[in-house]
Amino acid sequence: MYSFQPDEEQQMLIDVTRRLAANDLRPAAHEAEEHGEIPVSLVAKGWELGVLQASIPAEFGGFGERSALTSVLALEELAYGDLAGALAMMVPGLFAIPVLTAGTEEQKSTYLPAIAEGAWTPWSAALIEYQFDFDPQDLHTIARPDGGDYLISGEKRLVPFATEAKTMLVYANLDGQTQAFIVDAKADGVTVGEREQLMGINALPLYSIHLDSVRIPKANRLGGEAGHDFGALLSAMRIGISAAAIGVARASFEYARDYAKEREVLGSMIAQKQSIAFMLAEMATEIEATRLMIWEAAWLLDQDNPDAERAAYLAYSGAVDMAMMVTDRGVQILGGHGYIREHPVELWMRNGRGIASLTGLAIV
Amino acid sequence: MISFEKSEAIAQMQYLIQTVADNMMRPYSRHFDEQEGEIPWEYINFMHTAMKQMGAASLVPQPEKEGEVKEKKGQRQAYQLMAYTIEMLSWGDAGMYLCTPRGGLGSAAIEAAGTPEQKAKFLSRLNGDDPIFTAMAITEAQAGSDNSAIQCRAVLDEATQEWVLSGEKIFITAGHKAFVDTKGFIVVWATIDPDAGRAGIRSFVVEAGAPGATITKKEKKLGIRCSDTVTLTLDNCRVPFENILGSPTVEPSTKGFKGAMETFNVTRPLVAASALGVARAALEELKRILAEQGVEIRYGLPRQKMTNIEREVVDMERMVRSSWLLCLKAVWMSDNRMPNSLEAAMSKLHAGEVVTKVTQKAVELLGPMGYSREFLIEKWFRDAKISDIYEGTGQINRLVAARQLLGYSGKELR
Repeated sequence: MYSFQPDEEQQMLIDVTRRLAANDLRPAAHEAEEHGEIPVSLVAKGWELGVLQASIPAEFGGFGERSALTSVLALEELAYGDLAGALAMMVPGLFAIPVLTAGTEEQKSTYLPAIAEGAWTPWSAALIEYQFDFDPQDLHTIARPDGGDYLISGEKRLVPFATEAKTMLVYANLDGQTQAFIVDAKADGVTVGEREQLMGINALPLYSIHLDSVRIPKANRLGGEAGHDFGALLSAMRIGISAAAIGVARASFEYARDYAKEREVLGSMIAQKQSIAFMLAEMATEIEATRLMIWEAAWLLDQDNPDAERAAYLAYSGAVDMAMMVTDRGVQILGGHGYIREHPVELWMRNGRGIASLTGLAIV
Repeated sequence: MISFEKSEAIAQMQYLIQTVADNMMRPYSRHFDEQEGEIPWEYINFMHTAMKQMGAASLVPQPEKEGEVKEKKGQRQAYQLMAYTIEMLSWGDAGMYLCTPRGGLGSAAIEAAGTPEQKAKFLSRLNGDDPIFTAMAITEAQAGSDNSAIQCRAVLDEATQEWVLSGEKIFITAGHKAFVDTKGFIVVWATIDPDAGRAGIRSFVVEAGAPGATITKKEKKLGIRCSDTVTLTLDNCRVPFENILGSPTVEPSTKGFKGAMETFNVTRPLVAASALGVARAALEELKRILAEQGVEIRYGLPRQKMTNIEREVVDMERMVRSSWLLCLKAVWMSDNRMPNSLEAAMSKLHAGEVVTKVTQKAVELLGPMGYSREFLIEKWFRDAKISDIYEGTGQINRLVAARQLLGYSGKELR
């Protein structure tokens, strides 16, 4: 039977993440973006909600089971508060979720308790590369077998908390297939570059990483010798960033809606004019349509359904356009005021455009 | 618990209806498009018999008695089944779907606003030996989207306790079949007090053969040509007192009008379902022809690596899928008795736009073949457009959605 009703536990999670988004993330967002720094205490507070820990089974130090759909619900709420803050809180998941879903038993018991049991610590992942046609399934960072090990060489970009993370996943091209490798940040040949300067999400510290023939023990290939199915991970990443896109878009929609009800022009509120009201109706409709597609993709992923990959791809494709359309209109509805950084809609527009470029910075 | 698990009942229904679409609709699509006005009796009689055997009164879900809840919460899926059925029938042929007997908008209005007695009286007769049609008459020459501008008049004759209806109704879907070709009925919107505005508007069941009611015009249309669209002229047409849906007196509130408008919360998602059946037909045919010509759609690529055709097809697929989910959520809310006027309007405005765009693109992408009447793509392009118009144009549905989103009344947002 179809149902569009979150269950009780999901609703509780929605409520607590929504509260954190409104009370903590949103008020801190402007300062964090302007100064390129997110308060440590804020990240810790978000971590304590246990969104990721609830995805990890008790035997590995968590207290739940992974559900992409439940994570989607939480991520929308967090990103509604602030995209950079939401991504920062969930950064350990970039390492933990792939290990949980595709790692060997040994990899799981080595890493997951260390992530789930303690306070927030940076565990990172490196997927993105600088090519105009960057394709997660056709990476330029190369892994090649060497003796019993692998040697990885290449340049990774937008790696979160790379200066602090002790261990990270590096995605590389192994015989035409994308595979993840567990890399010690101190390993020979790993160099962390400059802090990245982006159009948005500047509160999230991102770095480039250079890998020069970095030797990876065989046991550190995710999933062991047989490797793993990258398609499922990519789907989880696409769904993750799409869920965040919904949060950003909803923030912009609600702000523009409330502004339009208070802004008087030519004798009536601008929300009372069809030109603005229709824009808002279309924004809300597109947000909802995209949200449902993301939910469905996440649900399919949770069922190990073979349609999940295509559904995730279509949902992501929708989220990219929806986020841009909605956040652009958010600025447009505020007019000149929308262009001023005192209002948040211009930041959401910058973040909205980022959805097209940031696959790999969220996972569910 | 959020779930996208299709129930066995829906899957079976889809399978069944697809057989009908494949065998009884698609092979005749072109014929009935070209022979505008010809009635697809074979399809009509088949559907009538099949539904009768299945124990389904009509496409419209069985009426529930007042206060009776048959299924447990979350278990009712009558409107979901109906949406899937309509989607598949429209995938077969949108014009022929509108020729499905034993129901339609007239029965939907009674299901939404009728008393238990009216439901029993009018809906039970759908189950007779011969197929009958029901229709809804709202639009007038000067009152389209603005329903409250209706001038058709209903006056109570105190002596005979009959309503006397006068006026002219246009754009009645399947009105000819409801009134002339079969012994059905048309639900007519009229005012019992022109000074009362919306508060005075009621709907009346006008049965086939009612004295003073005549079908006076059959329209020629861009698409859905298999379905008749007619004008009903009412000249002192008398109907029994009990044929009024809702209260016979004008009340200070506009509750009666709102009740009538609530029919739209049920019918708008169903128009969306029909639209999306046409959209899926066009998309599948486009993909079939492309595959035949050796064009492969590579899913999963970044846009920068896609060809234009791949990008268009992926966009179309995404639009149809997301629109379908909006529709599904809206009918799921109907099944669960949740207020859904926002979701109903959103699903309708979205699907109307999606089917229009998708069929336009399908014609464009197939070049001269898309324009040819050798294929059905051009027909679907013409059939599609009605979905963005009837049951509230895309613009009216934006207005409805915007009022809900902004918490505005009709006065605050005109």
